[in-house]
Amino acid sequence: MTWKWESQREQYGRALVELGKERSDIVVLDADLSSSTRTADFASAFPERFFNCGIAEQNMIDTAAGLAASGKTVFASTFAVFGTGRCYDQIRQSVAYPKLNIKIVASHAGITVGGDGASHQIIEDIALMRVLPNMAVIVPVDSNETYKVIKTVAKTETPVYVRIGRADVPTVTDKDTPFEMNKAKVMRDGMDVTLIGCGIMVSKCLEAAEELAKHGIDARVINLHTIKPLDEKTIVKAARETGGVVTAEEHSVMMGMGSAVAMCLVENFHVPMKRVGIPDVFGESGACNELMEKYGLTMENIVEAAHDVLKRKK
Amino acid sequence: MEIYDGEFIAELEAVAKRVRSHSITMIYRAGSGHPGGSLSGVDVMVALYFHIMKHDPNRPDWPERDRFVLSKGHAAPSLYAVLSEAKYFPEKELETLRKLGSRLQGHPCMRKTPGVEMSTGSLGHGLAAGNGMALAAKLDRKLYRIYVLCGDGEMDVGETWEAAMLASHYKLDNITMYLDRNKLQLDGPTEKIMSLEPLADKWKAFGWHVIEINGHSMKEIIQATNEARGVKGRPTVIICHTIKGKGVSYMEGSLHFHGKAPTDEEYKQAMKELGTADQ
Repeated sequence: MTWKWESQREQYGRALVELGKERSDIVVLDADLSSSTRTADFASAFPERFFNCGIAEQNMIDTAAGLAASGKTVFASTFAVFGTGRCYDQIRQSVAYPKLNIKIVASHAGITVGGDGASHQIIEDIALMRVLPNMAVIVPVDSNETYKVIKTVAKTETPVYVRIGRADVPTVTDKDTPFEMNKAKVMRDGMDVTLIGCGIMVSKCLEAAEELAKHGIDARVINLHTIKPLDEKTIVKAARETGGVVTAEEHSVMMGMGSAVAMCLVENFHVPMKRVGIPDVFGESGACNELMEKYGLTMENIVEAAHDVLKRKK
Repeated sequence: MEIYDGEFIAELEAVAKRVRSHSITMIYRAGSGHPGGSLSGVDVMVALYFHIMKHDPNRPDWPERDRFVLSKGHAAPSLYAVLSEAKYFPEKELETLRKLGSRLQGHPCMRKTPGVEMSTGSLGHGLAAGNGMALAAKLDRKLYRIYVLCGDGEMDVGETWEAAMLASHYKLDNITMYLDRNKLQLDGPTEKIMSLEPLADKWKAFGWHVIEINGHSMKEIIQATNEARGVKGRPTVIICHTIKGKGVSYMEGSLHFHGKAPTDEEYKQAMKELGTADQ
């Protein structure tokens, strides 16, 4: 399959500027990375509503809390590695616990950060965010969905973590594809096995489904953009109807999307399952595609996992 | 001027005494809490809620209200006692501190307690949160002011200084920070655990207007706050020299009562000293 590759960050910047025009309660914070996260677009359009906090993510999150407590809808952005781990206490105490209207939109997540290496490749942010009560976790699948996610979460009044990448990603949805928060999107129907992906891995799942089709295997593909709250209904239905599940994520297999799905299925409908993701190790410098290959995030990895699951099906 | 009126000051001092008594009673009944740090900041909080701040206990979410953030969240008992004295909730409710199902959590929770502006407890967050409120006030062209009470132990926290820079950078003259300089933190004297001095010079270097006062003098608290209101283009810190455990002789300057409830005997003694032995 050939994809059009587009930037999620660009759409984030575009959506923010539109929101800024539509609503005066939107304020944006960044921590000296606005040209990378693309909050700079908002900063140029609405300088009085943009606050650069410098390289001080903890300060940024608590400042966001004060703004949100005063009626503002706050978008706070930086790289995912700094926007989750470095200010975890601030997110816990001042965003999640008081359930404030703050959207942490973090870019440069995952191993596709590439050359910067393990220090910048956060592969545990979904895990960190999803264990926080009151926090929703969304991983937009592509540039189109990123735009829609931003416009949608701006209408909510509670904390949301949105994870986007640095690199351009395959466009797998249309501009008109509706986005429904909290509702997993079935991208392809199938009855033999279910491939559940999030972010860039959804495109790999679609490629894997094509490959499996060549061998007469009919795979369902689900875009699980909202990891919390989890759309258990769609997941359990897929498990029931296909009898086997593979998850694929650009995140550690420890406590990410695959773990969320596994926990759901263990309690609701037990089927053979395999998680494709980064093993419990740190990444390293390299080109995106090299890293995806080395750390087990390819179409072939998903196909292999699907075969394994199919073998274990009764 | 009313504020220098002796009788008026005496009224504030009487409220402060009741707040101290409530605080100790609450901690005694709960069997845990932080009496020392609760008592040292009482006078600032009483001056704020009973003289300085515009607020309305009947409308805790009144948009024009001044905001108070208790950054040193472990002083929650005295904040609750002040809020109760100010009629945000009945005095009877103070008995529920730290009890299951209570609106009065061990550390302040803005979602549970009427009048609490920010959830705090993990130290070093309050000033940054206050800055966010101050930025919002400027954006909305509102005249309300933000008051933050920090402990001196919080000066160890890196984020305090990040927030100090931000307030100064954005010229937040609508925020005033009271620094409860009781010179003791959990493990010992601040200067032994992590040297803070020269503290005033540090704040000056960060671009703040600095005032030093006796933090137990109502008159000085009010005068300093008035001075802060007049300062344009930069934030003000009022370093309040205080005594940890102020008001109960055996708690004053004592490390022992940083985070420990009084025994039955100690409680009786405290009530005697605070003039509420009959209650």
